[in-house]
Amino acid sequence: MSLIHKVFPKFKVNVDQEKCKKCTRCVNACSFGVLSFNGERIVADNEKCVDCQRCAVYCPAEAIMINDFPIVYSPHGTYTERIRKINWFQSGTGGVLLASTGTDLPYPVIFDDIVLDACQVTNPSIDPLREPVETKVFLGSKPAKLDFDIDPGNENNVTMRTRFPPNFEMSMPLMVGHMSLGSISFNACMSIYKAVSELGIVAGSGEGGLNEAFYPYKNHLITEIASGRFGVDLNYLQGVAGLEIKIGQGAKPGHGGHLPGEKVTSLISETRMIPKFSDALSPYPHHDIYSIEDLQQLISALKEATRYKIPIGVKIAAVHNVAPIASGIVRAGADFITIDGFRGGTGAAPRIIRDHVGIPIEVAIASVDERLRNEGIREKVTLIAGGSIRYSADLIKAIALGADICMVGMPVLLAMGCRFCQQCHTGNCSWGIATQRPDLVKRLDVDVSVQRIKNLFHAWNEELKEIMGAMGIDSVESLRSNRDRLRYLGPNPHIAEVLGIKHVGE
Amino acid sequence: MQKLVDNIEIDEENHAVTIDAAPKRVPLKYHVLNEEIHRVLDDGYKNITLVNVVGQRFIAAALAGDIQFKIHGTPGNDLGIFMDGPTIEVFGNCEDQCGNTMNGGKIIIHGAARDVAGLSARGGTIYARGDGGYRCGVHIKQYQNKRPVLVFGGRVRQFFGEYMAGGLLVALGLDIKEDGSFTKIDGYPIAGASLGTGIHGGKIILARACNEVPPEMLGTGAKVADLDDADRPELKPVLDDYCAIFKIDAEKIEQLPFCKVVPLSKRPFAHNYCSKML
Repeated sequence: MSLIHKVFPKFKVNVDQEKCKKCTRCVNACSFGVLSFNGERIVADNEKCVDCQRCAVYCPAEAIMINDFPIVYSPHGTYTERIRKINWFQSGTGGVLLASTGTDLPYPVIFDDIVLDACQVTNPSIDPLREPVETKVFLGSKPAKLDFDIDPGNENNVTMRTRFPPNFEMSMPLMVGHMSLGSISFNACMSIYKAVSELGIVAGSGEGGLNEAFYPYKNHLITEIASGRFGVDLNYLQGVAGLEIKIGQGAKPGHGGHLPGEKVTSLISETRMIPKFSDALSPYPHHDIYSIEDLQQLISALKEATRYKIPIGVKIAAVHNVAPIASGIVRAGADFITIDGFRGGTGAAPRIIRDHVGIPIEVAIASVDERLRNEGIREKVTLIAGGSIRYSADLIKAIALGADICMVGMPVLLAMGCRFCQQCHTGNCSWGIATQRPDLVKRLDVDVSVQRIKNLFHAWNEELKEIMGAMGIDSVESLRSNRDRLRYLGPNPHIAEVLGIKHVGE
Repeated sequence: MQKLVDNIEIDEENHAVTIDAAPKRVPLKYHVLNEEIHRVLDDGYKNITLVNVVGQRFIAAALAGDIQFKIHGTPGNDLGIFMDGPTIEVFGNCEDQCGNTMNGGKIIIHGAARDVAGLSARGGTIYARGDGGYRCGVHIKQYQNKRPVLVFGGRVRQFFGEYMAGGLLVALGLDIKEDGSFTKIDGYPIAGASLGTGIHGGKIILARACNEVPPEMLGTGAKVADLDDADRPELKPVLDDYCAIFKIDAEKIEQLPFCKVVPLSKRPFAHNYCSKML
């Protein structure tokens, strides 16, 4: 008895037999087992094709094209092709569907409904190429005011009483989001860590521990303490740019993690400090955090463990009540809060959670910023926003909505060559990014990737400066929470109210 | 003997330090006490006695190396969190989460350990003469030569060894007196419900016969079995060490009935997922 019904493939690989030189380069390039050479011609098993495009890019004759599979599904607006396939697959396997990257559902992007302001006549704009426009930011808690002691005998003798909490200086308001070794490859991690060190910014380690090879870069890393506590030892806690308690992730709020045993290779084993080929389960909650008071306890423990020299943060997914939760986190003593929107990426998550749980980062960051300012505690934390910061325009709008720093993941993967086929969870990434297969990992050239990531961030930062110059703002700290420089131009004016920005024309 | 600060006494001859955690009956804040500990460690002292400890948290947090602590009183939550090496002897009870995410070292408790003792530990030892609280040994793991061992002389509460991925958990279910004499605790189960729920590695050993661990006590993915030939040699050095510390007659302990709780499968959730192109 076979429970599997025939489902037509999604893509069709067309090899132009006239152009094809039968060099079989494409067969070697394909990591999903689609292409083979039968002695006469290249043949394709379309069912396995994920449209990663490696074969087409590396075909010297440009003989390969990948198209939609030419079958028409009888049209229906409610039971779309996608819905039908979900039901067919699940009745065949009985399993929870896995997915990776951020949700592929076409949710509206609020960033695209926001337009920016510029100076005209009454206040001068600034030329960022010839005048100073500052994009430097500091990660960590800031004192809301400064206190001084004045010597009663000599009033010129003034000393500052305010003690500064630890802060990490960053050259631009950008960081690379948390992607662990495991979700991405050794070469991908190395490229990111080298790039951020050279750029003077930070990257997140993810929750998978820190391989010894990355220790030289750890003063530019924020290491993550998650519920599984994988790889957490003194090397992981001390000498880093920041420490973050991971409560949630935008792609899978409220969900734990499950790294299947077959992915626990020697490299992953020594990094996570678990036996080879054993399952690595990250429990859904932290077993020592059931309340804000418990969170305060772990934050305090980390401050004690690092002798108050390193900023300690908390990462949460953007969910319905994100503002009061963030307020609690500030009161628990966090130096920074990372908020990950529901479009944020993942190396593997149940599709049902990735596609349907959480709220957009635009709304989350605005409501958290508003709440913290109303409560007078906004300066106590650095707010980091992530989860579909796609390009510099999103960065600029997120900062004006209230973020201090933006966290990006997918654009960095794109810089390294990712084609967005969304198969990270299969571990077969043909570009050597989201895989642990040594034959694939070596395809990713670290030096090239470092330069491409640096180029990308440099370009974003220049575009940020261009916009700031046009707005007449010379420091990115003055752009933060500056919602008066935003206007809403979209279908639902109520969103503008929620974001605290005016409609165009107002 | 030289007095440094009011609450610190230094014994140069034995290279030891005594810190009063509540000088003039006023308890120090935890960060003050811990900073004092850091200071004497920076000065090279490796034998530290803390007296009048009243719930100060994070004592010995993230300390590494060969350091000996003796704690009189009740240390607060997260005693020895992230610790990698020191030995801590507590003359009293512990509060929650002693040995949290511990990498190495030893915590000896002449009393009870409270909830979540040894949370996520990767190495090290915790011996409690008395009971353990809820969720003790949750998600302990092991790696290469690192293997956490937790032994509770008394009973443990619910979710003992939850999510366990490696290491060894032992509960004896005894009422052990200060002089090392003991009696079996009767009338109460040795462990609470959801015992070993989500266990996928490691071993829980209970000083009870299999039939004293009913199925309703077991959590998801756990099963109970008699000890086999491989288990006894593994258990013996642990119990011998435990008995020597608490002055218990090891031969009598060895005669107790034992059973073990182990995973039904090393891959409990392997078939729960599927991956398809939509």
